[in-house]
Amino acid sequence: MMVLVVGAGRVGAAVAKSALAEGHEVSVLDEDPLSHERLDAGQETSWEDAGGRFTVGTAIELDALLAAGIEEADIFIAATRGDNTNILVAQIAQKRFGVEDVIVRVLDPARSDWYSEQGLNTICAVKLGVTLFESAIDRIARR
Amino acid sequence: MYVVIVGGGKVGLNLSRELIRTGQEVTLIEQERRAYLRIEQELEHSVQYGDGTELWVLERAGIQRADLVVAVTGDDEDNILICQVAKDKYLCQRIIARCNNPRNLQHFQLLGIQPAVSATDLILNLIEHEVPGHGIVHLLDLPDDKLEIIEVEVADNAPAAGRKVADLGLPEGSLVISVLPPGQAGFVPKQSTVIESGSEVLVVLDPGLEPEIMAQFAPGGNEP
Repeated sequence: MMVLVVGAGRVGAAVAKSALAEGHEVSVLDEDPLSHERLDAGQETSWEDAGGRFTVGTAIELDALLAAGIEEADIFIAATRGDNTNILVAQIAQKRFGVEDVIVRVLDPARSDWYSEQGLNTICAVKLGVTLFESAIDRIARR
Repeated sequence: MYVVIVGGGKVGLNLSRELIRTGQEVTLIEQERRAYLRIEQELEHSVQYGDGTELWVLERAGIQRADLVVAVTGDDEDNILICQVAKDKYLCQRIIARCNNPRNLQHFQLLGIQPAVSATDLILNLIEHEVPGHGIVHLLDLPDDKLEIIEVEVADNAPAAGRKVADLGLPEGSLVISVLPPGQAGFVPKQSTVIESGSEVLVVLDPGLEPEIMAQFAPGGNEP
């Protein structure tokens, strides 16, 4: 599978690395050239030597998406730090480029819920985190 | 009319002032604290503090009963999201979005966010009107109705120069609706009207036919 990850922050870079390790073809797009370091960190070979692709460009620029290989992408992951950027670029991937599987990082639970109802596959770390905290408190209280 | 405006920059603030002056009910949402406090001195209860892309902030502003939602932040992603939830979640009848970067206009169109107003494009259109021989000028664009009207100056070497309207090799879906010879008033041409070079012609056309039209009237002209 060809996986395109937009946003090489902590989440994006980690997902990209594990997808590459799983044997997928992985391309990463980020506007900051320095974010590449995150892809190399802790690895024995450089990201490119390991077979990864990296493109510098803005998520919502069509030229950048094309250069990063959106037309060949099977899975599109929107993982920039901006909820609204992720929601927009995910819809561009879905509606303009016809990428079948689009996964979107949305921090705000309300926006995550609404767009998931609209057919986006959203992942909300905040909601997940809150649930973990709740069960941790619950466990302590029962002790 | 109840209007929710998101983004208290120059556009949003002046818009709010004008609408309030004409007796409309307005809520302006501004997310930057200092800007909010400054605006609040003037607009008082008509401005609210918060991130207008958060649903609870929009709901607190009463987006459910808004007749019009105007998204004029400096961020196109935010403007798109605000208008999308206004339209699809809160079933707001009318939206207006500001497009900061004209290159993002295609995203507004892709998601059906319109009208999207781009100040850059508005000014560019005015400049094209002022600069002769620039090629093609879009006088009217109605993508929904699949209709465009363009103005183009007939070049000396153009295939159309010196030809009758009836003999123009124009594609189906296009029609010359007016001819403006240099320095003269425009008129609606007949089939027998000869198009002279240097004239300007107004053509109504289906979107996408510009290249074929340009090839007839201004080959080598640049489409801005």
